[in-house]
Amino acid sequence: MEIQFKDVSYIYQENTPFAHKALENISFMVDSGSFVAVIGHTGSGKSTLIQHLNGLSLPSRGEITIGDFRLSADGKPKNIRDLRRKVGVVFQYPEHQLFEETVAKDIAFGPKNFGVTQEEIDHRIEKLLPAVGLPEEILERSPFDLSGGQKRRVAIAGVLAMAPQVLVLDEPTAGLDPRGQREMMDMFYQLHQEQNLTTVLVTHSMEDALAYADKIIILNKGQKYMEGPPLEVFKQADKLQKVQLGIPEVIHFLNQYNERFGTSLNYQYQSMRELAEEIKKQLEVGSHE
Amino acid sequence: MNNALIIGQYVPGNSLIHRLDPRTKITVVFFFVIIVFFANNVSSYSLLTAFSVLCVLISRVPLQFILKGLLPVWFLIIFTFILHLIITNEGNLLVNWGFIKIYSGGVIQGFAISLRFFLLILTTSLLTLTTTPIEITDAMEEMLHPLKKIKFPVHELALMMSISLRFIPTLMQETDKISRAQAARGVDFRTGPVKDRVMAVIPLLVPLFVSAFKRAEDLAMAMEARGYQGGEGRSKLRELHVGAKDILVLIGFLLMLVALFFLRQ
Repeated sequence: MEIQFKDVSYIYQENTPFAHKALENISFMVDSGSFVAVIGHTGSGKSTLIQHLNGLSLPSRGEITIGDFRLSADGKPKNIRDLRRKVGVVFQYPEHQLFEETVAKDIAFGPKNFGVTQEEIDHRIEKLLPAVGLPEEILERSPFDLSGGQKRRVAIAGVLAMAPQVLVLDEPTAGLDPRGQREMMDMFYQLHQEQNLTTVLVTHSMEDALAYADKIIILNKGQKYMEGPPLEVFKQADKLQKVQLGIPEVIHFLNQYNERFGTSLNYQYQSMRELAEEIKKQLEVGSHE
Repeated sequence: MNNALIIGQYVPGNSLIHRLDPRTKITVVFFFVIIVFFANNVSSYSLLTAFSVLCVLISRVPLQFILKGLLPVWFLIIFTFILHLIITNEGNLLVNWGFIKIYSGGVIQGFAISLRFFLLILTTSLLTLTTTPIEITDAMEEMLHPLKKIKFPVHELALMMSISLRFIPTLMQETDKISRAQAARGVDFRTGPVKDRVMAVIPLLVPLFVSAFKRAEDLAMAMEARGYQGGEGRSKLRELHVGAKDILVLIGFLLMLVALFFLRQ
């Protein structure tokens, strides 16, 4: 589903001494089936932004279109439940939302709310478990007995079981070890491609944004600071530096390398090995001259 | 989220009322709550109203904000008014609709009681609006200090109070977060039959309790790790001081008390 923000502003506790502008005149477009990374510091409005994607918050000004759904300040559309079924949101630390007696029941909770039959749910769970990397035995255990990483996988399975068309991820790898982080991101990317999902990823990691996103949106103090394909955004290291954001290590390395040796190697999603080969080749050519 | 109710909320500021010693404020509010019940004629009521309105004006908390925040309480005030209007049968008969008879005494009584009620809520919420919860507990601890002589656990009580106050916003935030997460999974807290709405609370309460217990454990652990062992010999980061302005305010309040007793019949 296509997502479009048009001059969206959101004000917390409007008309009180605590009023606070969380989003200001944000406009952008997410194509159907694309992978978008939203980057920004704590308090830049990322989390507020994603709450607008399934109508948990409605914009104070402006308008949002998601597929056929229209959200504006005029109040909730009647079919908000349909919207929530189609937009699956994995919140930060999703394991905090587990509550059922068994893992199977917890995963089934979402789809059941949207009226999916038990038969269909079982079918979905069967397909989901290997995708999120959980063993089948786990289904009858209490979610509270699992390890942190497993809990998170269960919670994520609970969102995926709703079979959403848009997947919204709010720092899904926070608090996991490096290996767990990579596994989880690879899992999301695979799901994104296999099920042709539209994915919105909120992250702190420039590496993840570079590796997976088709487009990056950078937020700063509630405003859109930059927008574009990862390679273009990361070309503007100075502009990012201004808001205390870095660039991925590979690009940083290449920039320094180019500066030092007066070369012009470009990052085009090469693997480490390919990059090393390129550098080697260049150095060999250089030494022959 | 729950910005409808402002009782217990603190509005930062730097007015005279904000800067008063919390003990002064608690004392004044405590006695004000009592003397409200002594008012019995127009002049004594106007004196008390003038006093509370003056406090609100000095505190510089927007009046509109307070009135809007007390919206849920308005219902009670109006209810009290109507109740008195109907059940009192003194004075002249004003309206007679057969089963409902309204007497002039009822109108006066209704006004007086609702005003009393309103003043009570206005001043007590002004206390919490201008005093941080921490200040209130500190003041309570100080004021209850004499009870230590009879082995009353004053420090522990104050600690419990400040911890619970401290965790109200945290738990509110947590509730908010979890309810959003469950709403995203299709839980509907607002519409549908009552039975469904009651059931919808379970996915909210279970995770909330789990996290509250976990927080409590973590906190206990952190306190022990830092060598906490009760109030014995513990010094304070924030000392409370009674200054000139506190004494002035207390004298002013006392004068008002005297005036009140002359004004009432």
